[in-house]
Amino acid sequence: MQFRLRGDTIATMALAAAALFIIVLLVGLSYELYLGSSTSIAKFGIGFLVGSKWNPNKNALGALPFIYGTLVTSAIAIMIGLPISLGVAIFISERLKAHRSIGYLLGTIVDLLAAVPSVVYGLFGILVFAPLLSKYIETPLHQFLGFVPLFSGSPFQGGANFFSAGVILAIMIIPTMSAVTRDVLHAVPNSQREAMYSLGATDWEVTQKSVLPYSRSGIFGAFVLGLGRAVGETMAVVMVIGNIPSITSNLFSSGYSLSALIANEFGEASGLYRAAIVEVALILFFVALIINVFARLLLWRMTRGTQVRA
Amino acid sequence: MTSADGFSSVSWWRRLVNKSMTILILVAVVLAIVPLVFILAEVLIQGGSVISLGFLTHMPAGPTDKTGGIGPAIAGSFTMVGIASLISIPIGVGAGIFFSEWSSSKLSTVSGFMNDVLTGFPTMVIGLFVYIIIVLTTHEWSAFAGGVALSFIMIPIIARTTSESLSLVPNTLREASMALGVPRWRTIFRVVIGTGKTGLLTGIILSIARATGETAPLLLTAAASTHYITNIFNQPTASLTVLIYNYGTSGFPVWEAQAWGAALILILLMLGLNLFVKLVIGKNLTEARME
Repeated sequence: MQFRLRGDTIATMALAAAALFIIVLLVGLSYELYLGSSTSIAKFGIGFLVGSKWNPNKNALGALPFIYGTLVTSAIAIMIGLPISLGVAIFISERLKAHRSIGYLLGTIVDLLAAVPSVVYGLFGILVFAPLLSKYIETPLHQFLGFVPLFSGSPFQGGANFFSAGVILAIMIIPTMSAVTRDVLHAVPNSQREAMYSLGATDWEVTQKSVLPYSRSGIFGAFVLGLGRAVGETMAVVMVIGNIPSITSNLFSSGYSLSALIANEFGEASGLYRAAIVEVALILFFVALIINVFARLLLWRMTRGTQVRA
Repeated sequence: MTSADGFSSVSWWRRLVNKSMTILILVAVVLAIVPLVFILAEVLIQGGSVISLGFLTHMPAGPTDKTGGIGPAIAGSFTMVGIASLISIPIGVGAGIFFSEWSSSKLSTVSGFMNDVLTGFPTMVIGLFVYIIIVLTTHEWSAFAGGVALSFIMIPIIARTTSESLSLVPNTLREASMALGVPRWRTIFRVVIGTGKTGLLTGIILSIARATGETAPLLLTAAASTHYITNIFNQPTASLTVLIYNYGTSGFPVWEAQAWGAALILILLMLGLNLFVKLVIGKNLTEARME
């Protein structure tokens, strides 16, 4: 009896320690980032968030160009990625109901594509896709819609700019977003659909009026999760965005992002310059924290009991 | 299932809307699949043309020397993923067991939520964190620092998949075991894990695949190197992913071609692990669930 109790105690303690480790990890992460950026926070205060100059030699450091680049590329990624993901999810979950094996195959292909490493998307982006995009999409957009500020700049050959980074991000987040949306649509009870069909509704009317409203908050969760991935992505962006800090409405201009800055400049930075980059990481930490907490809450509420993937 | 075809009660307008939406949905599927197929084809064609036995084992060479290889990068990647697995499997599985077997405890709820938040976290920030706690203390880039950074990415994935697969184990099994007088810890380790082990294994393999493809956490922790790894604590270490990044952005055609070769090796490794899970373990998993 004595031995058994001790075995249970040791096991409980060891397992609880592992669970505790995750809390320590997240708390330690935020503490170290705060500590590492304290000199920068003290020097620049809130002005760091709105400062648009980035000149390490003169200690003029503001994070706005990087925040801007992250937001613009993520916005492009979501605007392209969300409708496509929604279409893929509706196709697999609603239209292929009668052909489960095809739906399963298509779902598996999309899932496998989520496994392609981001650095490969970056490689493809900078060597193949950005030049193509610049030649066949950006140049015509500029020629015909040049009066729109977004397309006012003439895209240069290599095509490393906000727009190509956003499109690469869109391609990257489509597998994740469509997988989550698919799970959410699967969670809609069939009685919802049957009720609409029995009233003589068309396929689209069933999707539009009973499936989509029912899964609204889950789709929103998928959107926020996709946003989280886009905001936090480093490699695909750093290789394609051009890495020049700039704030401009012209999407065909090179830009910079929060994570790209850390990847490129942290290694050579020191003193206040380094603290400023740690503060950039802290900003990214908080943005990602808010987005992830929000997405988790939404998805937890929506699909309680069913499995939701990362 | 299709709209009431043949019934005149469905107006032409509703039919038109339905048809247009079907077309739009198909367009979305095509738009999603085409770029991804394009990427894989590009990696296969460009990468396939540089791969040879020498490429896989040779040391890297200058930007005009076609005989260079990616041997040290492959060795470095395997070493660091190995270190990461040694750290993350015990912690991740342990936390996962705790989430599922003590699911009503406060620690389980808080830690489980933080775990989910960590799953989608920017990996660059994790790399910076490990730089601060390890590289700044040891004053060395190392495979160990890289492995720790990768383990912080693997832990949340392993913990979540473990807890999900263990919570599928029916409670009656736990009750039967405890009713026989088996202590709780033995029940968990023999009965619960024994039943849920395929799901557990799936999570571990998927997290290994994920870690193999990570770049950002290694940039600041393991950095890059042109030599084979000889010590895990005191030297910068090459990895496949960082090599792809450096070569891909170098501007030298020979290095760019080799980046494609490395990308092909990386994708084969990752798709191999994923397919293994889907086809071999996944099949066992569905069979186990049906029993």
